Amino acid sequence: MRKKVIEILSNLHLDFSLCIGIFALMGLNFVILYSASGENPDVMQQQIVRSIFAIIIMMVMAYLPPRVYKKWAPFGYVLCTVLLLCVLLFGHVGKGAERWLNLGIVRFQPSELLKIVMPIAIAAFFAKGKLPAKLLSCFVALILIAIPVVLIIMQPDLGTAILISISGCFIIYLAGLNWYLILSGTLIFALYAPIHWFFFMYDYQKQRILTFLNPESDPLNKGYNIIQSKIAIGSGGMWGKGWLNGTQSHLQFLPERHTDFIFAVFCEEFGFVGFLVLLAIYMYIILRCVYISMNAQTNFQRLLSGSLTLTFFCYVFINTGMVSGLLPVVGVPLPLISYGGTSLITLTAAFGIIMSIHTHHKRNNY
Amino acid sequence: MFFWSNKKNDFDVATDETAEANLFNNRMKIAIIAVLIMVVALIINLYTIQIIQFRSFEKRSNNNRIKIIPISPPRGLIFDRNGQILADNKPIYEIELIPENLNPDVPLKDSLLKLRELLNLNIDDKDIENIIERVRFSKKFKSISVASKLTEDQIAVFSVNQYNFKGFSIEPKLKRFYPFADTVTHALGYVSRINQKDQEMLEAHGNAENYAATQDMGKLGVEKYYEDILHGKVGYKEVEVDSIGRVVQTLKMVQPVPGKDISLTIDIRLQQKAQELLGTNKGAILMLDPRNGEILAFASNPTYDPNMFVRGILNKEYQELLNNPERPLINRVSQGGYSPASTIKPIMSVMGLNEGIFTAKTRFFGGPHYSLPGSTHKFRDWRKWGHGWMDVFRAIEISCDTFFYDLAFKSGIDNIHKYMSLFGFGQPSGIDLFEESLANLPSKEWKKNKYHQVWVPGDTVPIGIGQGYWTTTLLQLVRAHAILTQHGRNIIPHLARDYADLNKEEFLIRNPKQKYKKPEETAVKVKSSSYFDIGMRGMYLVVNGPEGTGRKAFAGTKYVAAGKSGTAQIINIKQDQRYNAAAIKKEHRDNALFVAFAPYENPVAVVGILLENVGGGSRFAAPIARQMLDEYLINLGYLEKELPSAEKEKK
Repeated sequence: MRKKVIEILSNLHLDFSLCIGIFALMGLNFVILYSASGENPDVMQQQIVRSIFAIIIMMVMAYLPPRVYKKWAPFGYVLCTVLLLCVLLFGHVGKGAERWLNLGIVRFQPSELLKIVMPIAIAAFFAKGKLPAKLLSCFVALILIAIPVVLIIMQPDLGTAILISISGCFIIYLAGLNWYLILSGTLIFALYAPIHWFFFMYDYQKQRILTFLNPESDPLNKGYNIIQSKIAIGSGGMWGKGWLNGTQSHLQFLPERHTDFIFAVFCEEFGFVGFLVLLAIYMYIILRCVYISMNAQTNFQRLLSGSLTLTFFCYVFINTGMVSGLLPVVGVPLPLISYGGTSLITLTAAFGIIMSIHTHHKRNNY
Repeated sequence: MFFWSNKKNDFDVATDETAEANLFNNRMKIAIIAVLIMVVALIINLYTIQIIQFRSFEKRSNNNRIKIIPISPPRGLIFDRNGQILADNKPIYEIELIPENLNPDVPLKDSLLKLRELLNLNIDDKDIENIIERVRFSKKFKSISVASKLTEDQIAVFSVNQYNFKGFSIEPKLKRFYPFADTVTHALGYVSRINQKDQEMLEAHGNAENYAATQDMGKLGVEKYYEDILHGKVGYKEVEVDSIGRVVQTLKMVQPVPGKDISLTIDIRLQQKAQELLGTNKGAILMLDPRNGEILAFASNPTYDPNMFVRGILNKEYQELLNNPERPLINRVSQGGYSPASTIKPIMSVMGLNEGIFTAKTRFFGGPHYSLPGSTHKFRDWRKWGHGWMDVFRAIEISCDTFFYDLAFKSGIDNIHKYMSLFGFGQPSGIDLFEESLANLPSKEWKKNKYHQVWVPGDTVPIGIGQGYWTTTLLQLVRAHAILTQHGRNIIPHLARDYADLNKEEFLIRNPKQKYKKPEETAVKVKSSSYFDIGMRGMYLVVNGPEGTGRKAFAGTKYVAAGKSGTAQIINIKQDQRYNAAAIKKEHRDNALFVAFAPYENPVAVVGILLENVGGGSRFAAPIARQMLDEYLINLGYLEKELPSAEKEKK
């Protein structure tokens, strides 16, 4: 009987070390979301349903062997690009940005799908050649990254565009792009930034950056979010105000408290110690993923898992950084903690792929 | 899969594999170092915020959730002299909005239109524009009324749909209500919304904080005059609120100090009687107690319903009031300037006696007209054939004009101005209303300033019968007679029963321009107080004498009254013309006046009647004066109650 259970579990292709970290985060998610949503049972119910669905997605993704991803990568890339075009043409406008595609039953964001598809496609592209990647391949990869990213920027959704281009760029970096090129690329980006600022940015995006530079300048309008979230975090102190006792969130001074700013609720209620615990769980997951990617068997698997891992860290860093006033406010949720189905499913899918990379190679032997 | 490149041998492949893995692992290691650096940066940042700056953020967090909400004090009520409520506070439900809580993504106009449709509100597009305008120009946190007097159905419908209207809420309010509607308007006044100008005024006087939660303030009458007393002191509530402004819990409460109630001297029954007697006439009735200046009735007609102003007068309604040819907004008691006409004669007599122009025994021949020495201009007597020989008593009784032409001429305008000023003409009366005009007691100086002309004796003559340049308010006229009945003692007519307390020095800033005499002072000092008795005796004869102009109107009174009629010409009658009421336009007909007091021996009431454009004072105004006195002394039982034995004798 016990043997049978172990056999079934191993046939699931799950990585249990990673699962522990993910489930720990999901548990924390329920705890803090209950508080951040104002003890709203509907929100909780929905999040639990989503989490179960996300775990199923993770299991499916883990069950599929890595070669399936590699094989379908070009198709997925083209499909996503077409869908992005559709969003621009027929998209549903929510909060001033067209991100959603309404398919009758479900509304979904193709840009979310791309968070998975982009690293798969770029990893598959580089896996065709040898590492370190040639300059020409790097250039082609950049173009492949740029096409959908430009479409996403046009939606406009700067946060997602940044994350997707980062996930692609990580692969170029991990594929061994020459350091000089990396430096000069950085330089070009630095020069391009002002151009982008003046010609391609919406006012609300500019405003976010301006507010980031000096949130106190406009405490009631544009700087409100960041001031309120810093007050929330700061007033948490060492041990926090205690679960369900965060005044900033419960008195609704904190905006978007169960989505992008949930980190502030967490820090307010659980303090610096809580933050360290949360960070430790994240680092545990990241380091486990790093271990998996460094033990991966093929370039495709290495590049893909490495990129997904580093992108995951970027999620964590950008969200916590923006909520605590270190980075400008871009709409990036805190992975596995923020309320919202799309981001949760994307993340568990990514973890499923990483698990697939780790659990399939033993059997397949490359 | 292993041999995906056939160019290389097994060893090369293995070497390449290792090299590629090493390259990747190196890159990964560098990335991990970067990750760790960023994590350290994050930890340092969080440590700074949560540990180092903890105190400062904790303080800001505490400030964040505590809001100070001002609570408006309940406005003092206003009663009549018998405790009948004249100005009440009625609880109503009002939809209001707080600008800072509105959803910035939804245009206010859309919300208002939706709200109007949902609740079937009685507001038109212009009113919606006004609300939007007010939102734009008022303080972000100060609530603005959208619609008031909601029905229970409307409240229910709104409550269900409230989530669609962020920033809107239903608030229970105390609104001023005047149960007697238009009966007391000109005395009582009304409260109405604090407007931009009021707000500036409040700020200039440092009162803005006290009015932080107040929506209405006194705009007219007693409501305005005693605003500081009626308003009370604002209270505060320290509450824990969310960012939508919803109160989570109250932490501390400083109760507002309610405004003081004020009892008026007005008797609402007399007031109602007065309005009833005025009927459709333009005019005014003022009745006061000469012993203390308490105003018993203060009626001006036409009048209007002050409740319109409380609920927010519509532009249309206001235009109607403004453009009404009968001018209901004018306070005909204290603002309207009228020629006092013959009602002034008893008072002029006091001057004549004191100046030694005549004595009680002086005989005067009253012809059909009077001419100044060396002039052919004829100042006519009201009776074509004159009155023959008379003394001052008969002169008052029959209201002989030539007697008083002569008196005026002999006194001269300077003396008239001096004496009439002492009786309060052209002077502030001290009444507790801001709506007082001083009318015009003419003088040489006045004419020079106004017309750049020299005062001529011809100007003085008609002053003797209360015509010419002379105008007074009914208030001044009645007050002058009250002073007469009190033998020169100063009388301050007033509406608040606690006038003396309410108008101590510190409160006199209410009307700094209004420099009136204190009640304890003597207004008119004369050589002998019998001069007042002579004037009063003349008035006694008007009502009780065989030739008295008021004898018909006062026939059969159960008390002894005295009075004086007056008929004021509105247009000049040419030298060879007769006044013919039927032949001239209604608005050019004479004003009828009558001033009466009773009981004669110990007056407790002075009443003044003014009717515009009706005709003779003894015919039209005297009966009304009598009815007012009857109502007060007989019907309301004042005579029996207060003066059981003194005035049993009938004439």
